Amino acid sequence: MTRRALENTGPEPDGPALGRRRFLGYVLAAPTLLAAAELAPAAEAAADIPSPEITELVDLNDVMTAAALPTSGLITVQVHKDGTVSFALPRAEVGQGITTSTAMLIAEEMDVPLEQVRVTLADARPELVFNQLTGGSNTTISTYTPIRVAAAIARARLLGAAATELGAAVTDLTLEAGVVTGPTGRSLGIGALAEKSASVRTRQVAVELKPRERFTVIGRPHGRVDALDAVTGRKKFAMDLDVPDAMPTMVCRPPTINGKVGSVANADDVRAMPGVTDVAVISTGVAVRARTFGQCIDAVRALRVSWRPGSAAGKSDASVLEELRAAEPPLGPPPLTPSVEATFTFNFRSNSALEPNCAIADVRPHRAEIWSSLKAPIVAKEAIAAKLGLPLGAVTVHVTEGGGSFGRKLFFDAALEAVEISRKIGKPVKLMWHRADDSRQGRTHPMATSRVRIAYLGNTVLSYEQRHTSVATDLSHGLGEIFTALAAKLPVGDIGFSETFFQLSQSMPYDFGANSRLLNETDKGFNTGSMRNVYSPDVTCARELLVDRLASEMGKDPFRFRRDFLRGDRSVAVLEKVAEAGNWGRPMPADMAQGIAFHSEYHAVSAVLVEIDCRPETVNRPIRNGVAGPRITKAVIAVDVGLAVNPRGLEAQMMGCVMDGIALALTSSLHLRDGYFLEASWDNYFYTRQWNTPPELEIIVMPTTTGKPGGAGELGVAASMAAVACAYGRATGAMPTSFPINHGTLSFEPKPTVPPIPESPTDGLDHVR
Amino acid sequence: MPEHTFRLNGRQVAVDVADDVRLLWVLRDILGVTGPKYGCGINVCKACTSHLNGKAVNPCAVPIKNLGPTDEVTTIEGLPATVGADLHPMQQAWIDQDVAQCGYCQPGQIMAAVALVHRAAEEGREITDSDLDGIRNICRCGTYFRIRAAIKAGAEKM
Repeated sequence: MTRRALENTGPEPDGPALGRRRFLGYVLAAPTLLAAAELAPAAEAAADIPSPEITELVDLNDVMTAAALPTSGLITVQVHKDGTVSFALPRAEVGQGITTSTAMLIAEEMDVPLEQVRVTLADARPELVFNQLTGGSNTTISTYTPIRVAAAIARARLLGAAATELGAAVTDLTLEAGVVTGPTGRSLGIGALAEKSASVRTRQVAVELKPRERFTVIGRPHGRVDALDAVTGRKKFAMDLDVPDAMPTMVCRPPTINGKVGSVANADDVRAMPGVTDVAVISTGVAVRARTFGQCIDAVRALRVSWRPGSAAGKSDASVLEELRAAEPPLGPPPLTPSVEATFTFNFRSNSALEPNCAIADVRPHRAEIWSSLKAPIVAKEAIAAKLGLPLGAVTVHVTEGGGSFGRKLFFDAALEAVEISRKIGKPVKLMWHRADDSRQGRTHPMATSRVRIAYLGNTVLSYEQRHTSVATDLSHGLGEIFTALAAKLPVGDIGFSETFFQLSQSMPYDFGANSRLLNETDKGFNTGSMRNVYSPDVTCARELLVDRLASEMGKDPFRFRRDFLRGDRSVAVLEKVAEAGNWGRPMPADMAQGIAFHSEYHAVSAVLVEIDCRPETVNRPIRNGVAGPRITKAVIAVDVGLAVNPRGLEAQMMGCVMDGIALALTSSLHLRDGYFLEASWDNYFYTRQWNTPPELEIIVMPTTTGKPGGAGELGVAASMAAVACAYGRATGAMPTSFPINHGTLSFEPKPTVPPIPESPTDGLDHVR
Repeated sequence: MPEHTFRLNGRQVAVDVADDVRLLWVLRDILGVTGPKYGCGINVCKACTSHLNGKAVNPCAVPIKNLGPTDEVTTIEGLPATVGADLHPMQQAWIDQDVAQCGYCQPGQIMAAVALVHRAAEEGREITDSDLDGIRNICRCGTYFRIRAAIKAGAEKM
């Protein structure tokens, strides 16, 4: 029994009225204290209530959380003799801050200093089934309770052991900052109790969680636990690992998307180049292994390969747009009332992270070991085992810290490729994609169109229809398996993965009468994947632009229109907050304007207000090898995630979301020509740079509302993109309908496709400054 | 194979490697100094930014033969020693502002920031917004605003 369980502290605010919920967990047999969580069954979503708003019944995060429940008991918190507490998080840290927020949950529940908590990333654990997939901004939503339960059990065991040692009742003990103190003032650190609190057999125990009003860690801003490692260069990413004999390896790739090797004319010559150890044809190109990556680059460039056509032969932006138009689901019959309607185009975008696709693989005859940043490591492990014909247990998959993801690391293209190469040449490899490869052959966020129609009469909005048509999004990284397993519980009928995902992630926040949203997909010839916030940025941008037009038609101010039609107090609160903080409606000079937008997802709400400068002297300011264009001069974002575990980390995520939204609306896209993407460099693909960054940025984390954490990693992208688009439309007097707005102008000289990667420069000393 | 020698983070080092191998790979693949990151290999993303004789340099664009025995290369690993401390003030500012997200670009960002502050100081002026706009280092996590705040704070302590 824990101290808290003996106290009458009243009902937890988010718990049942008749006292706080008790949770079951385990103390596992181990040399030092090892506590594990088991969860009470989650509330079942009502599956039989007909409603146009599926997301009110169950949304994507409910599905992922429900999927995680049956196996969450297997996560463990261990106390060590040195006083540290360790936890192997079955998720990928790719910059979103979950190692920090997880450490905070444990520190809070155990009353140990955050510095004593060590959170690492778990290897792929197939026994976790669905509970090792990082995506959908679901990590904190699904792990918030189980991690705290395990930590609370550990805390209770420590107190129990201390009571024996100190000869006192548990109720007379205090545990603060990792030290248990008895009534006489004698104290013991948790390290001294690590063995004494261990169990020789596995036992089930019950525990209550710390009530929210006593939180001293959760909800307070905290810097990242890996900040020191990050700023000193000590933080290790996959390519920084020193795996014996895993020498640098790259692949000479085809000039068109998914082209195949016909023949190689000079493999022996390339094999004889300085530093090169191996040249081998693989399914995706020609692999070279060398002493340094620089020598790999030279070898790739020297290879003379004849290529067969790829999966997008001859295709271009224009031809794909035609495919999308042909595949668009029909809208209903024309309304008899006034209406507004528009179709928007969203071009291909790259979800490349700064760390390119990479993996280390050491494949031996009867075993394989892989190191890579993987958000779906179980699926990766299964795929690798299948590819190698090895039993699952013979494959070890280590999840490394990731240098960004943005959706890219849901897939494991580099890991599969590294395994293929390592097996083929019989040596360990450290495989890295060149930036040009990552941009041209890496996964893209699919091109899409969105057609929206809103019918109204007087001051009433009668109906909202949206038809989103997209190049097929590959969801074969594990989310699909989750949907399949839980499909019977979902009120969506027999629809595919993508449509399920679409319906579960999209919602209608406004009182717009009857509404329908449909997705149709076409063309599986591209390497696609979801990008941060998946369908929402495009879907929301289209909606919010048409909301602005509707407000204009109805003679209403864009902010007041939204406020009047938004459903829910939390929604209205964030909208009013940005309007107030951003001084909505202030007079702006010609060619400058404000824009405002709203988005809800992940059990959270967000609103963004931006100011844009579209004056010619700003748009045309000179930027070497970059795009200037309109500048967002100010951005204000307000978010209510229910409960922010780490407000400082949440602010960081929202900052990134704003930068993503700016890029999506104004500058960043891939151009498809003749079956390949033209972009091969960060100076071709115009993600937000310092010169595009808003000089003024205010991020407002709303006070706790629901008391339960919502999703955060992707939340702000959609409203940011939409607000920028709305501001641009108001500044220029014309609603933009194709994104990003500069897509029609090619602002760089495309690099050659043969050789597939550019030469390494030699003039570095000329640019020392 | 030719031997090349230069100073790295305060120590003389020697490597046997072909003349044209770029410094980035000498550092990462041969010497095991992994603070400078690969992000593009063509001197665009600036993730590998380090210092050569105290000024910003991008090792991905420097053939090793271009370095002489007295050339001093400083990577993020050697930055604190340049001020005789455990952390350079710019690194401390980065921690204070909680700048890093994934952290992949941050060694390069910090090295670029330190060189920028030195450059401005040599020109007898403070860092301007225009200077900050001119930083080309990409942060795909988009933590640009905190980078700007940290540079201003770090400059005050330098």
